[in-house]
Amino acid sequence: MLDLTWLLIAVPLASSFALLLAGKRADAWGHWLGVAASATTFVVGFGAFLQLLGLDAESREHAVHLFTWISGSELQLDAGLLVDPLSVTFVLLVSFVGTLIHLYSVAYMEHDPRRRVFFAYLNLFVAAMLLLVLADSYLLLFVGWEGVGLASYLLIGFWNHKPEYATAANKAFVVNRVGDVGLIVAMGLMFATFGSLGFEEVFAQVGEASTATLTAIGLTLLVAATGKSAQFPLQSWLGDAMAGPTPVSALIHAATMVTAGVYLIVRSSAIFDLTETARLVVAAVGALTLLLGAIIGMAKDDIKKALAASTMSQIGYMMLAAGLGPVGYAFAIFHLVTHGFFKAGMFLGAGSVMHGMKDQVDMRRFGALRTAMVVTWVTFGLGWLAILGVPPFAGFWSKDKIIESAFVGEGWQPWVFGLAALIGAGLTAFYMSRLFFMTFHGKARWTDDQHPHESPWLMTVPMILLAVGSAGLGWFLAAGDRFSTWLEPVTGHVEHHEPVLSVPVIMTLTLTLVAVGVVVAWLKYGRADVPTEAPAPSLATLTARNDFFQDSVNRAVFERPGTHLTRTLVYADAAVVDGAVNGTATGVSKLGESLRRFQSGQVRSYAALILIGLAGLVAFVVLGVL
Amino acid sequence: MSPMAFVYLAVVLFVIGAAAVLLRRNAIVAFMGVELMLNAANLALVAFSRIHGTIDGQVMAFFVMVVAAAEVVVGLAIIIAVFRARQTISLDEPAELKG
Repeated sequence: MLDLTWLLIAVPLASSFALLLAGKRADAWGHWLGVAASATTFVVGFGAFLQLLGLDAESREHAVHLFTWISGSELQLDAGLLVDPLSVTFVLLVSFVGTLIHLYSVAYMEHDPRRRVFFAYLNLFVAAMLLLVLADSYLLLFVGWEGVGLASYLLIGFWNHKPEYATAANKAFVVNRVGDVGLIVAMGLMFATFGSLGFEEVFAQVGEASTATLTAIGLTLLVAATGKSAQFPLQSWLGDAMAGPTPVSALIHAATMVTAGVYLIVRSSAIFDLTETARLVVAAVGALTLLLGAIIGMAKDDIKKALAASTMSQIGYMMLAAGLGPVGYAFAIFHLVTHGFFKAGMFLGAGSVMHGMKDQVDMRRFGALRTAMVVTWVTFGLGWLAILGVPPFAGFWSKDKIIESAFVGEGWQPWVFGLAALIGAGLTAFYMSRLFFMTFHGKARWTDDQHPHESPWLMTVPMILLAVGSAGLGWFLAAGDRFSTWLEPVTGHVEHHEPVLSVPVIMTLTLTLVAVGVVVAWLKYGRADVPTEAPAPSLATLTARNDFFQDSVNRAVFERPGTHLTRTLVYADAAVVDGAVNGTATGVSKLGESLRRFQSGQVRSYAALILIGLAGLVAFVVLGVL
Repeated sequence: MSPMAFVYLAVVLFVIGAAAVLLRRNAIVAFMGVELMLNAANLALVAFSRIHGTIDGQVMAFFVMVVAAAEVVVGLAIIIAVFRARQTISLDEPAELKG
């Protein structure tokens, strides 16, 4: 089974191309082909997982050689897959959640005339994402990295007949390219330093490189991660990315693709282990983003944008954990997995709500949906409890571990990072409860033509399965440190460190803050009436609602000067480069124009010219003049 | 009589021939000017041959005569062709090569 892992990429890719090439004749069954391809990846991935589980911990690493990709004098690169606990974890997450979301989409996209194309793109995404996590070199990873970017772009702009959706797709694409430059520079640095881009070769030689080089590589990798994972300062695209169909938001912009940045950091742990500076920056970016995302989430009225802000914040937690070094790697991935379940579940819940409410996304127009949509309410509720970190739901096991780890260390760092994580937990509780109460509790604020109803079973079954994961997965994986032990071959064994505050104190503080957040949200949005029009915002609310004016800042700092720069360059191009070329052409043309006069057609003037020429020649040869 | 006198005469004849080519509009007259220039050259060649005491110049004069004979054939044929086409032998009439 391990040698068949190439099927994980080949099957969805083939299915994607088949769906795109088959055209309308595949409209009737295309979506089921998409589901089947995704399900196949899960079966193969699960088989690989079982086989890996049967091996000793040390030998749980299997390299699959595919073909010689680049054979140059200096650069020898084979395309190969690396099957180890980390990649298999991702394979299971992507293929399982992916398959459920494929299933959900069958019903969700039922009335869309381009459903077949939608599934082709989803399959393309699955193939690219699996290539990303299975690649055994940075260059092959980059192929997957770009592939998921492409799929994300196509799916955000799936309804691109609306100009603002097309703009959102472009925005995501452009911001991601900024991050990609980081990865390209990182690869350049690696190749210059180590002469290779394969994980094995690079990680084997990290000890020989200078700390400055490693820091540079680490920071450029971080740039790549911030782009893909919507971390500060490249986070602005994620909110707009909600323009895509909701299953896309669930799969790509919550559960899998946006976590690729965390994967990149954890995969490069060998590099980050040796450079404390880069790690510190990673942790700082994570801490900042988790607060930023949480604050933005508190002010959003659009249910999907609130969830997007929450995703940003939760990935901030993962980044923070990854930046803590070996203490945090396993927890970063652990939270990534549990988050993949509960956030995907909640996005599907949001999709179900929209499905029943005629695509309404304004939470001020929801309310009291718990009676109309019981399954959605319960499954969303489980996800809500999970993200809050209420024991024994999934988030408790993963997020609390990150908060604990953030308090580990010396000097100012544990206090800053720990408090950020702690406050983040309280804010998370507030904005998620706000979202939950505004949607499912309180009074009904529906418009007259809305008749909320429960979604069909094809949509509820994936939600139920994900809710089961949200409820039980954390406990299941945390019991006996199962997950940390499983990842140990990749992340390394870590001795237990005592946080600066004792664990029970941290836990009590966290749960108290969470409780406060929930209570405040209940008082404000559960018990009290929610106005259907947003009240005049305070400065703080306005700031949060506008994503901290990130778009304006980007516009002022990058877009405007960039536009000016390009305009200047275009002008310089026209004036200098084109000017030189056109000037030469005009000169030659003018010269020809004046020479043309000699071609009078008059035989006698030709004869005179010949005579003058002859006289000139004679004068030159005989008399030596001229 | 100094052989140089023949060279001077040749120069005078050449200038008369050139003037005929440049100034006269009639193709036949211009053609005669060309012939005059060729023969001026012949005269100069023969004079040079005399001055240097070799026969190279005289040999070359024969070549010029042969070429001139051939050129007369071609030239007159062209003039006749032009006359047939345009009913005139003015040199200023055909100006299609004007750029």
